[in-house]
Amino acid sequence: MKVSLFITCLVDQLCPNVGVAAVEVLRRAGCEVIFDERQTCCGQPAFNTGYRKEARKFAERFIEIYEESEAEYIVSPSGSCTAMVKHFHELFPDDQNWRERCKKIAAKTYEFSSFLVNVLKIENLNAKFDGKLTWHDACHGLRDLNIRREPRKLLQNVEKAEFVELQGADVCCGFGGTFSVKFPEISAAILDNKIEAIEKSGADFVVSCDASCLMQIGGRLSRINSKVKPLHIAEILAAQE
Amino acid sequence: MNQLTSETFDSNARASLKDVHLRGALKNLAATFGERRRTAIASVENWENLREKARAIKDETLLHLDQYLENFAENAERAGAKIHWARDGKEASQIVLNLIVERNASKVVKSKSMATEEIHLNRALEAAGINPVETDLGEWIIQLAEETPSHIVVPAIHKTKKQIADLFVEKVGIEPTDDVDVLTRTARNILRERFAEAEIGISGVNFGVAETGTILILENEGNARLTTSLPKTHIAVMGIEKIIPKFTDLDVFLKLLPRSGTGQRLTTYQSLITGTKRSVNGEGPEEVHIILMDNGRSRMLAHPVTRQSLACIRCGACLNACPVYGAVGGHAYGAVYPGPIGAVITPQLIGIGATKQLPYASSLCGACREVCPVKIDIPELLLHLRAEITDGEANGKKTDIPIKGKFAERFAFGVYGLAWKRAGIYKIGTKTARLMQKFVARDGKIGEVSGFLGKLAPPLGNWTAFRDAPVIAPKSFRDIWREELKNDLSTKDTKKMN
Ligand code: SF4
Repeated sequence: MKVSLFITCLVDQLCPNVGVAAVEVLRRAGCEVIFDERQTCCGQPAFNTGYRKEARKFAERFIEIYEESEAEYIVSPSGSCTAMVKHFHELFPDDQNWRERCKKIAAKTYEFSSFLVNVLKIENLNAKFDGKLTWHDACHGLRDLNIRREPRKLLQNVEKAEFVELQGADVCCGFGGTFSVKFPEISAAILDNKIEAIEKSGADFVVSCDASCLMQIGGRLSRINSKVKPLHIAEILAAQE
Repeated sequence: MNQLTSETFDSNARASLKDVHLRGALKNLAATFGERRRTAIASVENWENLREKARAIKDETLLHLDQYLENFAENAERAGAKIHWARDGKEASQIVLNLIVERNASKVVKSKSMATEEIHLNRALEAAGINPVETDLGEWIIQLAEETPSHIVVPAIHKTKKQIADLFVEKVGIEPTDDVDVLTRTARNILRERFAEAEIGISGVNFGVAETGTILILENEGNARLTTSLPKTHIAVMGIEKIIPKFTDLDVFLKLLPRSGTGQRLTTYQSLITGTKRSVNGEGPEEVHIILMDNGRSRMLAHPVTRQSLACIRCGACLNACPVYGAVGGHAYGAVYPGPIGAVITPQLIGIGATKQLPYASSLCGACREVCPVKIDIPELLLHLRAEITDGEANGKKTDIPIKGKFAERFAFGVYGLAWKRAGIYKIGTKTARLMQKFVARDGKIGEVSGFLGKLAPPLGNWTAFRDAPVIAPKSFRDIWREELKNDLSTKDTKKMN
C-alpha cells in the first residue's frame, strides 16, 4: 500500500526524528512510503488567525500536490494538521469545484495513529520501549478526528512499557497556535495544570500525536528542569530496543 | 462597580491570573462541573439524539422567528399578558421604568436574568431613583459587593466562601461565621421582607412557547417563583431567541439544560406562566408584561454562520469546560456574557471594534463545542469573527482600535503566505532562521529571550517568557529523506512485523 507522508512544518524543521520514526513504523507495517518534497505547510496558522486569503493559497497548493500523487493515503504525524486538511473545504464557500476537490483529498488523509489502527488494522507494532508512559490527547485529534482509543491501544501494546492514564488527559495544554504568544500568561496558566497532572502521573514520558502540544508541554518541562520527557507516539512505536 | 472592558481583555486577564482568591475560587470549576455534568447526562438515553433534536428545533424556529414571535405574542395576550417590543436595551429599560412609574411603585424585586444584565437594567432604574433588589442568592451577593456577575449561571462563582462571609459581616452586620447555613438564612430573612413589600417583580425567561404564549423560568431557590407570583405586577424581559414552537418541545430542553449547566436532572423549580391569574382569588399577578427584546439579535439572525449563536440556551456548560475561562474567570472578558459563548456574542451584540480581543481569547480546543447541548460550533464562530476582523482591516472598512502589533502580524502572515507557497522560498526562510537562532540558542534549546531581542521578536519573547523553545534541527526532515531515507527501502527489515 502506497502512503504519502505529509510531514508538517513543525516536524520538518523542529523534530525531524518524529518523521524518521513515522517512516520506520509505516514501513514496518508494510507500507510503501513516499514523500513529496514540494510540500510546505497546511496553512493552519493563517486560518486560525483569521487570514483566510492566505490560508486558501496553502490549501490549493496542498490539494494540487496530493492530487498528482499515486498514493492511496496521505498520512500525517499530526492530528491538528490532519484536521486542518479536513477543514480545507470551508475556505471555498462559493466554489463547488474546489470544495469537492478538498473533500476528496480530505477523505484519504489520516492522522498517523488512527491510520495504523483504523486503516491498517494494526494495534501491535512490535515496539519495545522501557519506560512509564502517559498520553496527552491533543485537542484537534481528539475533538475533530475523534482519536481517543487508537493511541492508547498502540501504547498499551508496547513491550516493556507501562501505560498510565493522565488526569485530565483530554484538557487542552494551552497551546492554541498564535494564542500561545498572543496571550502567553493565559496559555502558561492552562499549561501549568497539565504539567501538574503529568508530574503527578509518575510517568517518565508524556506522549502525544502533535508536535505543537509537545513543544508547548516540553518547553515548560524543560524550563522547570522536569525529569519527564515529551515524545511523539511515532518515536515510541519506532523503538524496538 | 466593576469597570473592566473587553478592550483590555489581555491586561484584565493578567490581573485575574494574579488574583489568588479568584484562582482559588475557580480551581475546581472545570473538574467539579464536568464531573456533575457527565454523571447527569449518563442518566439519559441517547444524549446525542437529544442534542440533535434540540438544535433542529432551534434552527427551525430561528428560520421562521418572525412567525413564531407573532404566535407567541398573540397567545400570550389572549391569556392576559401584555406584550411590549423593544429594539434595543435602552428601549427595554425605558419600558420597564415606565411600567414602574405609571404604577407609582418603588418596591421592586428581581430574579436572576441575563437579559436584564445585558441591558444594565439596574443601572437605568437606579438612575431614576428605583433600587431593585436581587433575590437570587448569588445575584444578591454580587449586588451587595457592587460587582457584576462573572458567570451566566453561577454569578458569584469568583468569590470564595470566606470572601462572602466577610461581605456579610461588612454589609449586613452579622457576626463573623464560616457556616454556609447561617449565611443563607441571613440572606433569606432579609429577602423575605423585600418580597413581602414588593410591588413589582422583574424576571427573565428561559423559554417562551409560541403555541400557548407560556413562559418558563428555571431556578433552584424558589425566589423566581415568588418574584413572579407575589407582586401585583410581573415584568419579564425576554430576548427574542428564547422562543420555541411547541409545548412538547420543552421536554427536550428540560432534559438538556439543567444537566448541561449545573449537572442537575432538573432544577428545583420550574415556573410555567401563561398570562395573568385567572380569577380574583386565583394565584399569580394581576398584570404580566413581557418585553420582547431584539438588542442586536436580528443582526445575528441575518447571517447563516452567526445565526447559530442564537440557539444558545445559556446553560453555562461551555464556560465550565473552557480552559481560558477556568484560568481567568468571567470578569476579565469585560462583558456581561463571558467565556466561549460570550466571546462569540459580545462582539456581535456591542460591535467588534471594542471587543476585538475576545474572538482570539481561545485556544480553539473545542471543549465548548463538545459540551454544548445545542451543538453550537463555537470554534467555527470564533474563526468566523477572526476572519471578519482581519478582512475588515484589510479593506480599511472599520475604524477600529487596532490590536497591538497587528500590523506586524499582517506583514508576517503576508510573507508567510508568499514564502511557504513554494518549497524553494520555504527552504531559504528556514535556513535564515537556522542562522539567526545561533544568537539565542544554548544547549539545544532557547531559554528566556527578554530585553531588546524579546521585544524585537514579540512571539519569541512571549513564548520564552514561560517555555523553552526548541531549536531548528540541524537537518530538516526533507534533507534526511533525500539523503538517507528515500532509497533505504529496507529499513530495519530484520525486525519486520510478524
Ligand atoms: S453556547 Fe451552548 S454550552 Fe454555552 S451557554 Fe449556550 S447553550 Fe450552553
